[in-house]
Amino acid sequence: MFDLDMGKYAAFVWPAWTISAVVLAALAARALAASRRWNAELKRLEANGPDRAQAARSAVAQTK
Amino acid sequence: MFGLANPDRFLRFTRPLTPVAWGVAVVLLAIGVWLSFTAPEDYQQGDTVRIMFVHVPAASLGLMAYGALGVSSFFALVFRHPLADAAARAAALPGAAFTALALITGSLWGKPMWGAWWAWGDARLMSVLILFLFYIGYMALRASIDDETKAARAAAVLGLVGLINLPIVKFSVDWWNTLHQPASLLRMGGPSMSEVFLAPLLTMMAAYAALFLAVWLTSIRTEIVRRRVLTLRARKALEA
Repeated sequence: MFDLDMGKYAAFVWPAWTISAVVLAALAARALAASRRWNAELKRLEANGPDRAQAARSAVAQTK
Repeated sequence: MFGLANPDRFLRFTRPLTPVAWGVAVVLLAIGVWLSFTAPEDYQQGDTVRIMFVHVPAASLGLMAYGALGVSSFFALVFRHPLADAAARAAALPGAAFTALALITGSLWGKPMWGAWWAWGDARLMSVLILFLFYIGYMALRASIDDETKAARAAAVLGLVGLINLPIVKFSVDWWNTLHQPASLLRMGGPSMSEVFLAPLLTMMAAYAALFLAVWLTSIRTEIVRRRVLTLRARKALEA
């Protein structure tokens, strides 16, 4: 069964799991938030001129 | 594979793959947590064995992410593939986070088992600390140079140099005397661990790998979009 009683080692086990959970959640949240932010900005700029967006794509591909 | 170096093709290819990676990561993490807290305590280590289920996956992914960063840096430097630099850059932060977690959880495991939070001079501990410093150096170098092309090239050189440290981390437990236990998973003759601990450990390793893949793919996609936004802004400024 689920064992949550870490006995005398609770002071080591729970911080290890808590820090891991917090860092992984922050990593995921940051990646998703950045993706949402930049995609929204691209959509906004492309709405002002789709032909220029295509030109920008080509420019990025050529400079790399 | 080189066909995917085209940003448009990469975006199309990873569009369905990225949510799948996120889904697999969440499901595997849930199963891994369940298995980790239903496993019996170890007869020698007691409940501290549960730290292993977050420590070992973090350490493995810290190494693998640097492998991804180093190989991407090589392609960025030598072949100048459009995506390679984005891939290297996107691997740095998750890699640093996993390595930091390996150091912190290792310290929390070390205190009750070795009687010490840290041992200066220990080969495994020091080589992992150096790995973390390579990540920090990579990100700091990129941030310190305004010209993105120059920053990418300088960071790629540093990324490549850091690859030397990977076999040192892996084999440090064999080459030198260390407090750290020798390899118990990737070793001749198969894993030396009991099945009751192997199942949660391998599940958590798969979960961490899926999470890294999800974060990495999302970040590479974001980097492509960010560069397009910057190009569009620059064009707009020129036209104005």
